[in-house]
Amino acid sequence: MQKIKLENINELLQSMAQIGKVYAPIEKAGQVNYYEWNKDAKLRLDVLNTVKSAKDVFFPQTEDLASFKTEGKEISIQAEKPLDEDFAVFGVRACDVKSFDILDKVFIEENTDEFYKARREHGVVISHACNEPEETCFCTTFGIDASAPKGDIETYTVGDTLYWLPVTDKGKEYSAKLGNILEEADESQVNKQKETIKAIMDKLPLKDVTTQAFGAGKTMEYFDRPEWKELSEACIGCGTCTYVCPTCQCYDIRDYDTGKSIERFRCWDSCMYSDFTMMAHGNPRKTQTERFRQRFMHKLVYFPDNNNGEFSCVGCGRCVAKCPISMNIVKVMKALGGK
Amino acid sequence: MQVNSEFKPKIVAFCCNWCSYAGADLAGSSRLSYPADVKIIKVPCSCRVNPLFVLRAFEKGADGVIICGCHPGDCHYSTGNYYARRRMTLLFSMLDYLGIEKGRTRVEWVSAAEGVKFSTVMNNFVSKIYQLGENVKLGDLRCRK
Amino acid sequence: MQEVIKKRVKELFDNNTIVRAIGWENGEFFYDHTPAVFDSAADMDVFVYDNFCASNLSKYLINHCAPEGKTLVLLKPCDTYSFNQLLTEHRINKDNIYIIGIGCDGMVDIDKIRALGIKGITKITQNGDELVIDTMYGEKKCKKADVLLEKCLSCKGKKHMIYDELISENEDEMPQDASKRFDLVNELENMTSEERFAFWQNELSKCIRCNACRNICPACSCRKCVFDNSASGVASKANADSFEEKMFHIIRAFHVAGRCTDCGECTRVCPQGIPLHLLNRKFIKDINTLYGEYQAGETADQRGPLTDYTQQDVEPTFISDKEVK
Repeated sequence: MQKIKLENINELLQSMAQIGKVYAPIEKAGQVNYYEWNKDAKLRLDVLNTVKSAKDVFFPQTEDLASFKTEGKEISIQAEKPLDEDFAVFGVRACDVKSFDILDKVFIEENTDEFYKARREHGVVISHACNEPEETCFCTTFGIDASAPKGDIETYTVGDTLYWLPVTDKGKEYSAKLGNILEEADESQVNKQKETIKAIMDKLPLKDVTTQAFGAGKTMEYFDRPEWKELSEACIGCGTCTYVCPTCQCYDIRDYDTGKSIERFRCWDSCMYSDFTMMAHGNPRKTQTERFRQRFMHKLVYFPDNNNGEFSCVGCGRCVAKCPISMNIVKVMKALGGK
Repeated sequence: MQVNSEFKPKIVAFCCNWCSYAGADLAGSSRLSYPADVKIIKVPCSCRVNPLFVLRAFEKGADGVIICGCHPGDCHYSTGNYYARRRMTLLFSMLDYLGIEKGRTRVEWVSAAEGVKFSTVMNNFVSKIYQLGENVKLGDLRCRK
Repeated sequence: MQEVIKKRVKELFDNNTIVRAIGWENGEFFYDHTPAVFDSAADMDVFVYDNFCASNLSKYLINHCAPEGKTLVLLKPCDTYSFNQLLTEHRINKDNIYIIGIGCDGMVDIDKIRALGIKGITKITQNGDELVIDTMYGEKKCKKADVLLEKCLSCKGKKHMIYDELISENEDEMPQDASKRFDLVNELENMTSEERFAFWQNELSKCIRCNACRNICPACSCRKCVFDNSASGVASKANADSFEEKMFHIIRAFHVAGRCTDCGECTRVCPQGIPLHLLNRKFIKDINTLYGEYQAGETADQRGPLTDYTQQDVEPTFISDKEVK
């Protein structure tokens, strides 16, 4: 284990930036999101949840796929190439680290998405333990330990010091490139911190939220439940929950006509939208209740169905904090699964 | 601002069918010249111009957008241009508020008999856009690739 | 107040005046109340009304003023403006609606409390004009005035514009700081064009196109939005270029210009904290200056400034030829 004083963190980031791009929680116009770090950026390692989750780094909200041009009778196609340079994402919380595993199942394990896979291979995940979890946090429900956040390199803040622990080969390799900016340290301080965090996790107001009632094979049990109507009654059909969610993975592919060429791009989509999976006959889910049900059934039943019982929620609490009408997966789980 | 010596502005002119488009016609048949950079889009009335049309023109690469209609009081539909006048005033003010050069948008009233005015208005507008240069604040960059 | 309202609504259910009521329901925490439709007096047990009932319920009436029976709705003073505006536009039918106007002393913004660096909030109690905040990390304090919702900072007053009955203690109280409503708009107007551009670029580039601002807006009541129409050429689910968010936000604000009551819901729900009300207020300010003072939703029979004109209206060249700062 190594360490560096927090006041020198910009020097650390400076040397990281020399290895490759560094994405980190950075404040811009009052909000913290993952942006590329530079020396003028305002790093906010203290902020627990960024607005958009860290998935934005590996599965960006929009990305170009190809460009089509016509010249006379010829059409030329210029395909975008998957990323070919190393980068790091710094300050990822335990819940977001776990979300990468869930996205991997979608984008790598079945049909491989070359763009996503290239980013995963080139990206070093540097996680950060949560010293002060929020009341909206419920990662423990999904067996996530916020005091030991996984990733290629784990980092911890104790007092005025940042502790740095490379875990995977990729992480060790990356750390080796940093030279001697980090000094050696022992683990006692970090271990003590972990115990403190664990004690807090045991007192979180949402610690008793359980997924027991849900999981693979429960489609028929929940699909026609009358509660869906009541739960979705106030839903305004915006995409906030989807777009702040670290595990939502639906996207749309669109063509943009520039007048000279067609630019094909991919962008996040939301099952809450009325034009989601629009077909010639319209949207297969005609009411907001059906759309609402889809989102939660996907996370709690369909995804486990296809992925050995794994839920596609990590309990980050973003939807709990951000939904305009304060409806969220915790309320849904409690209403349908009993308390 | 970067001044490009080969800058050829793209100007979109929305002209109402009854007055301004006929004014443009008259300018043409009177052999009065106006710059070829102006592309005219005929609309039934100046009030047909939705603010989205103006923004879409900029999106797709226009450097200036001008809307021409009948003189207030002379609208073929009696009052259309009065509504257009309020809408465009508010839209232009909003664009200015967002920090976009205000000279890029304009409304002028040109009657069917005013071939000379049409030509003068377009010449003045185009030279204004030449001064402002390329529109970089309000276009979709993909259209400028 | 919560108990008085609950009792009265139950009475109205019991004497068959109403068949459903729209209000707020208790959440998981003390601050996350969800708008809810109650179908019976018994349902009302989970009803809640306190400083965290910011949502404007008037828009729900579009879908809930069904022909059978009366729907009761609870409206705060500012919500009644939106209600009137919906009446003006014939989006709702007053005959099927029973309004209880409820008093409001300003709604608290939990995000503003979080922005003070206060984490793990479990309880808030009001002590005069101070809030005592219990958190998992000890007790914190702040002034209520510092954490009021943006929309409450320019409160239009405690008077309800329309109601069938009132449960309110401070009906005649006038807002204290309404004069400050256009301060930020003025500030922006006084900047240089480049500064304004930078300001909006910085703010709008945070937009994630979740459409929350549009969907929550009581004035955005189109059945199908132009931005959801894939044939419109502007339907986009994400900003692929910085221009798209500008186009969306200009048009969103323009479509409600002259109809926006300044209820502030757009800014309240924006997950990225974009001050969207500053776009709406610019239109309101321009309308007031150029076409005469106008407050949308003050009554239900006004003619909106954009569906009206005078022969002497200012020419758009007034803007185009204004001196550049």
